[in-house]
Amino acid sequence: MIPELGAGALAVALALAVYGAAAAAVGGRTGRTSLVESAQHAALGAFVLVTACLLLLAYAFLSFDFSVRYVASNTNLGTPFYYRLTAVWGALEGSIVLWAWMLSVYTLIVVLRHRTNARELYPWVLSVMLGILAFFLLVMTVPAPVFQRLAPVPADGRGLNPLLEDSGMITHPVALYLGFTGFTVPFAFAIAALVTGRVGDAWITTTRRWTITAWYFLSLGLLIGGWWSYHVLGWGGYWAWDPVENAAFMPWLTGTAFLHSVMIQERRRMLRLWNLALVIMTFSLTLFGTFLTRSGVIASVHAFTQGSIGVFFLSFLALVLLLALALLAWRWDTLGAQGELDSVVSRESAFLLNNVLLVAAAFTVFFGTVFPLLSEAVRGVKVSVGAPFFNQVNVPLFLGLIFLMGVGPLIAWRRASVESLKRNFLAPIAVGVAAAAVFRLLGVRPTLAVLTLALTVFVAATITVDVIRATRARVRTGERFPGALGSLLLRHNRRYGGFVVHLGILVVALGVTGSQAWSVQTETTLRRGEHTDLAGYRVRFDGLAASEESNHFKVTGSFTVANGRGAGTVLQPAKKFYPQEQSPIAYVDYRLGLREDVYLVLGDFARDGSQATVRLQVNRLVSWIWIGGLILTLGTVLALVPERRRPA
Amino acid sequence: MKPKFLVGGVVIAVALAYMIYAGVTQSAVYFVTPSELGGGPVAGKAYRLGGMVESGSVRWEPRTLSLTFALSDGKATVPVRHKGAPPDLFGEGRGAVVEGSWSPEGYFRATHIMAKHSEEYKAPHDTSQAGVKELMRTLSGSEK
Repeated sequence: MIPELGAGALAVALALAVYGAAAAAVGGRTGRTSLVESAQHAALGAFVLVTACLLLLAYAFLSFDFSVRYVASNTNLGTPFYYRLTAVWGALEGSIVLWAWMLSVYTLIVVLRHRTNARELYPWVLSVMLGILAFFLLVMTVPAPVFQRLAPVPADGRGLNPLLEDSGMITHPVALYLGFTGFTVPFAFAIAALVTGRVGDAWITTTRRWTITAWYFLSLGLLIGGWWSYHVLGWGGYWAWDPVENAAFMPWLTGTAFLHSVMIQERRRMLRLWNLALVIMTFSLTLFGTFLTRSGVIASVHAFTQGSIGVFFLSFLALVLLLALALLAWRWDTLGAQGELDSVVSRESAFLLNNVLLVAAAFTVFFGTVFPLLSEAVRGVKVSVGAPFFNQVNVPLFLGLIFLMGVGPLIAWRRASVESLKRNFLAPIAVGVAAAAVFRLLGVRPTLAVLTLALTVFVAATITVDVIRATRARVRTGERFPGALGSLLLRHNRRYGGFVVHLGILVVALGVTGSQAWSVQTETTLRRGEHTDLAGYRVRFDGLAASEESNHFKVTGSFTVANGRGAGTVLQPAKKFYPQEQSPIAYVDYRLGLREDVYLVLGDFARDGSQATVRLQVNRLVSWIWIGGLILTLGTVLALVPERRRPA
Repeated sequence: MKPKFLVGGVVIAVALAYMIYAGVTQSAVYFVTPSELGGGPVAGKAYRLGGMVESGSVRWEPRTLSLTFALSDGKATVPVRHKGAPPDLFGEGRGAVVEGSWSPEGYFRATHIMAKHSEEYKAPHDTSQAGVKELMRTLSGSEK
């Protein structure tokens, strides 16, 4: 009964979305508001029905309804309550449901917020959003039917992929998808701007908060993904340039570029075409990423024809790009710049360079990710480029971006005079150079790490210079010190929110640099009572224990970790044996620290518990990556609160 | 002003193209099967070799962390050596992909082992994981 209800709700939602998209478009074309209002009702109806689908699916999971194929494949009687809920989006079909649901929520918010404040664009925005929603509902119906029955009904399900039994599975996909779907809104506004010919700045100012929100959730999704990888996958890292990661990173890069370039359009009325292109690119990359990761095309060009989901996504992507390009061509004459670049040494060109570097990084990630496909298709030989390629090409680009992070916000608009350059940058450059010298004298190696740290210090110094100067200016007008700083942050919250986000990124960069440059590891086999030493830590193997958990067996190793003083802490990495899996799953244990994490992975072991192979890692500064994520959150919140400037 | 920006753009594009070219040539990894590798391995070139771990070929020495096995595609067999514990998904009769290079001494030196996860449906509570119960018993026994 439940699956039929779900499938029925889905079919009606699809019909409503298709109708709404058409009605809103006709309403926009003819100016008949009744049609637009009817489309609004369709959007509301679609939201209610997609919510019902999500709830019905959740209910099927909670009630162990193994007559639904998707439930049977992703849960079993032993799956704990909490993970039965996250299993809803644990695999392809359910993740599309979650995606569609978020899109329907966003559509509803667009209706509520923008039906009065963006009158001309609004019908088209609604049409585009409902059209995209219709596509996802179609995917849920045809290539990934989430409510499909399974006959005969099995007594028990297959179980959730054990790697997904983690709290990160609540937050990671939700944040990531909020980011992906969030970019639909600025994209819809861009398309609406092109259709109506109102390619001025209105669509950009209206969507500023949407863009920041989408960008923030995408960043958060990437960071939580890194954390999940770090503490679940047991290979000791947080980023592997895996196609799945790259798929989310590419729209982040172009989205970041968009976030910056819109400021140039707002201020100088330049880059109209570029901004439209960037938001179209970002949205297309979210579709492309889903195509890449869900179609099996990465494994081989030939795998792609096995399922129809790849064909669906690729066709839709082609349709989106064709329509967008046609619209761009149609409005070409109105997209010329009204402002001009005056000087190479100006804020405009710093932002422009930032955009070029971000898009270049996105392109290299794209190129590296599809390279195996290209070489297989063109030369018939499958060649891949791994992490070394991505690191080698992207590190210079990212260093350039960090440098620009210091230059962009302070350099003058239009044309920076030599005096202003001196005033803004002499002190930060001196601090950066001094920092490099100090790090070098302290014995910091390699040079790349010294360079990154020095750049980080430089950027931090530019932010400090700016905050001190602006606070002083306020104190001079009679404000007291702490209050002056507070009102500065609140009155110019866009600018200072941006600075805080930059600080967050710097802290993430610090963590990445530290972990890449100074982490050490060793692998060894220990008899009970034996120990091994690494980077000042002594790790002793104390024995193995077995236990039976609700849905798996667990073999736990006990290791005492001491670093010279005190009795040391006990770490207990384990291997989990799930009945439905052919192989055990590693369960890592670690002690996190600001300076370094001690990270243990249990490898092979003797059945009588007399010896075990263990991998010991001392990972440097990794915690700062997560701390950077928190700072980023603070900065985003600050940037999003409404500006409270005094009327001029 | 325009020419300056044009020149800048060209410089950036050329630099990027060079970085990508250098990156690809330095980090290209060739996907091969055991029979393709047998056809003429080039020492020092980076390969990703995929095949089936031959039954009875796995030798694992925990004390020296030496793991040797043979990868086969039914037509040819390649001996592989690795330093480190076998990963979780690794086992005889299963698929595995190893990354590394060909050693002139006549074996494949693996730096990474990527065991393949089987996606096929398995009956729930299948005790195909031979000996898990027995393992539980011996371990619980040894703790008492």
